[in-house]
Amino acid sequence: MESFLERNSFFSHLYRFFDAATPSWLAYLLAASVIVFVLVNGLMLFTMALIYMERRLIGRFQVRLGPNRVGPFGLLQPVADAIKILFKEDLVPVGADRITFNLAPVLFIFPVFLSLAVVPFGERYFLADLNVAVLFIMGVSGLSTIAILMAGWSSANRYAMFGAVRAVAQLISYEVPMVLSLVGVLLLVGSMSMVTIVEGQRLPLILLQPLGFLVFFMAALAELNRTPFDLVEAESELVAGYHTEYSGMKFGMFMLAEFAASVVSSAIIVTVFFKGWEGPLLPSHLWFVIKLFVVLFVLIWIRATLPRLRIDQIMAFAWKVLFPLSLVNIAATAVEVLLWPQPTTAQIWAMVGINWGVTFVSLALWSWLMGPTLRPNMPQLLRGATTGKAA
Amino acid sequence: MYGIGVLKGMAVTLKNFLRPSFTVQYPEESLPQHPRFRGQDFVWYEERCTGCASCAKYCPLGIIRIVTDPSGVATPQGDKYKVLAFDIDLGRCMYCGLCVEGCPYDALHMGSGFERARYRRQELVIPVEELRRMPKRPSTWFRPQMETKGYDPRMGKELPWQEAGRHEAPDVEKMKERWVKER
Amino acid sequence: MTLRTEPVTVNIGPQHPSTHGVFRLRVTFDGEVIQEVEPVFGYLHRGSEKLAEERTYSQVITLTDRLDYVASMTNNQAYVLALEKLCHVQPAERGLYLRVIAAELQRIASHLVATGFLLQDLGAFGTPLMYCFRERERILDMFEMLCGARITHSYLRIGGVFQDAPEEFWPALRIFLHDMPPYIDEYEQLLAENEILVARTKGVGLLSQEMAIASSTSGPVLRASGVPWDLRKADPYEVYDRFDFDIPVGTAGDSYDRFIVRIQEMRQSLRIVQQAVDQLPGGTSVGKVPVRAKVPFFIRPPVGDAYAHVEAPKGELGFYLVSDGSIAPYRCKIRSPSFINLTPLKEMLIGWKLADLVVILGSIDINMGEVDR
Repeated sequence: MESFLERNSFFSHLYRFFDAATPSWLAYLLAASVIVFVLVNGLMLFTMALIYMERRLIGRFQVRLGPNRVGPFGLLQPVADAIKILFKEDLVPVGADRITFNLAPVLFIFPVFLSLAVVPFGERYFLADLNVAVLFIMGVSGLSTIAILMAGWSSANRYAMFGAVRAVAQLISYEVPMVLSLVGVLLLVGSMSMVTIVEGQRLPLILLQPLGFLVFFMAALAELNRTPFDLVEAESELVAGYHTEYSGMKFGMFMLAEFAASVVSSAIIVTVFFKGWEGPLLPSHLWFVIKLFVVLFVLIWIRATLPRLRIDQIMAFAWKVLFPLSLVNIAATAVEVLLWPQPTTAQIWAMVGINWGVTFVSLALWSWLMGPTLRPNMPQLLRGATTGKAA
Repeated sequence: MYGIGVLKGMAVTLKNFLRPSFTVQYPEESLPQHPRFRGQDFVWYEERCTGCASCAKYCPLGIIRIVTDPSGVATPQGDKYKVLAFDIDLGRCMYCGLCVEGCPYDALHMGSGFERARYRRQELVIPVEELRRMPKRPSTWFRPQMETKGYDPRMGKELPWQEAGRHEAPDVEKMKERWVKER
Repeated sequence: MTLRTEPVTVNIGPQHPSTHGVFRLRVTFDGEVIQEVEPVFGYLHRGSEKLAEERTYSQVITLTDRLDYVASMTNNQAYVLALEKLCHVQPAERGLYLRVIAAELQRIASHLVATGFLLQDLGAFGTPLMYCFRERERILDMFEMLCGARITHSYLRIGGVFQDAPEEFWPALRIFLHDMPPYIDEYEQLLAENEILVARTKGVGLLSQEMAIASSTSGPVLRASGVPWDLRKADPYEVYDRFDFDIPVGTAGDSYDRFIVRIQEMRQSLRIVQQAVDQLPGGTSVGKVPVRAKVPFFIRPPVGDAYAHVEAPKGELGFYLVSDGSIAPYRCKIRSPSFINLTPLKEMLIGWKLADLVVILGSIDINMGEVDR
């Protein structure tokens, strides 16, 4: 208990505050509740910030302004959207399975909050420091697949069913490279605890694990259903995918959960690959937020640029590209860890060089192996119509 | 190597990210409107109109309703019909401008407005009273004489009826002389 | 153990984000793979051909605007050409050049829309669409200078165009001709080499040369299949025989070729506009040279019939007019390229996946105003 309080200053401040007036079990409960309250609402706040940022930045990427009417610079736009969505009629289709239909949005949103529990968002600021945090995140985030399948199946809509089936295939496939890409990190750091991962990084792990980062980032994009892997809710094909039939706040919960999942995934990326909260001069929370928004900006940038892939291409990409690449990464890292169990600074830089070399070589190799089908061809320009004068 | 095309595309979007936006904030500012813009508020000069109903005949949709009274008043230009009703149903108008093309006396012109939204369809009909009342800012569509005179509806100036025609407006004395000589 | 599966029939459209209007497809899927396609259209049928019989020849021009509403100029052009053939009217020289300038700008605008919406169908979240619309906006501005309308132009008249281009049009056109090629380069940089786009479009929706000819497709769909058939070269109308330009021809006939052929055609159109401006009789001075032959408004063509066709952005657009000597056409038949380009749709779709359906449909570039007429 004491050592936990020592390491978690966020919790210990609250605990000591409540401990002065109440018995210690109640103080513990109260302190935990306050932190959960702050975390959940903080995540909502960040989600709203992301929604605003996404709409404004995509506007700028598309050479327009984005929402700027509600409040100064349109800052209250997410609030206005939330109010609008709350007042919408709550429709349930006739053929729908009502219990499953109503349960799906709730089930979709809660794994997002669960995975936030183990993310440290500042020096000695976290809710829980599980020693199996990475495993926990992977396990919990897999739950959303069930919610999507429930939503799609219970809607009694064929578009929704298409979306759900696609989601199950895609999300389960991408779990594999996602987990495997983190194995390299675990090998280097030697712990699954998120706090230890941050503290154990002598260099930001993106330098040491470029291939692992690449695989994890793409798999995370796929898990988040963001472009170019957003075919679960591909609006030009499936209208809205698995949430076609949802309206009102139930739809709002799907939307909110997706954006919240983006925030949480970015937080995980920051923690694992960008040294988490650590940085010079500024306070640790601020560093965390800055890094978080940089990752979110890249997410938005990708969404603003790329078209989406097809279902078979996505599956092929997971199993034929990301999966072997993550195995290559594990092999390279394992050999390095075997060679230098306690690396000096020079050896770490040698590992950086080797890993970047491995990354480029393997990317080039896979590009070559996947064949020249993706090379564009240009049309020929002809001077005149060969068929001559029209009859 | 794969990914290069994607990175190139992302460079393009980043370049556009830094460009100023090309949209305009509509109620505060609006796009530059060109003098020939075929707008909603038709401009009708009662002084020039003889009630010949060419406009109604040229209209592909037949949305101009014109009622004239032959026992009308005498004007400096000579006798003409008195226009009792001149209703344009904007709800069905497609702004092709053929009525303006058909008008031999340059009495009817396209307007330059575009903000005539109404809550009911019948309010979209412009009755003759409103046509009389409305500010006279005609579009220069099919009116090359206005362009050569340098008239531009964007300046916000109203155009008096004497200057809307394709010929110089003759004064009364000249008119009388011509009528006497020609007959 | 064998799983019992059954095909699923889905109605795609008439209200669907990527059927380009009110197009409906009854598709039977086996999983995601298309087994059977039944296109259903007519939701936007307005009876343009019948309406034309009720209107005088000049009034029909306004109806043609509404066929392919992203390419009104070429619609006007096809109709006016047929009418001039019917009436034996020799149009004014300067008017012909203005027509060519307007038609080629319209082709660029239409191809921009086609490219933008193809990328929208591919899921690019509107960014290429907004870039394309930014340039299209400038073309529409120029059309507004010319004729006061941005979409439904009614600019062309029997014997020429209704009015000379205003003074402000020429500087705007010059700036546009200067600015446009870098923007086309930018589209190519953004799109043409993008691996995702190439993976999604290359080899998808193959249309063989024989099939393209047999189903009488035209325009970029036909040229992407490797047939160098362009009416501007094959049957030069107006003054197209005086310009020097190339025909981009695809090799494979897949969606990627159709997309890239359109991008290349934009460049060729810019070349034509530049040459037309250089050769323009009367130069850029306004109102010195007549742009319209003297033709009465209520024209009565001699009894007979005439067919004229133009290379519209989407393909061969033809008008067949029959005159009985009155002021209204006895019959007006429209050969609309969008409708006929849909003929091989079934052959192109079967065996592909749901995601390919929207891409193939987008690469054909249909316009429901023209399909249903």
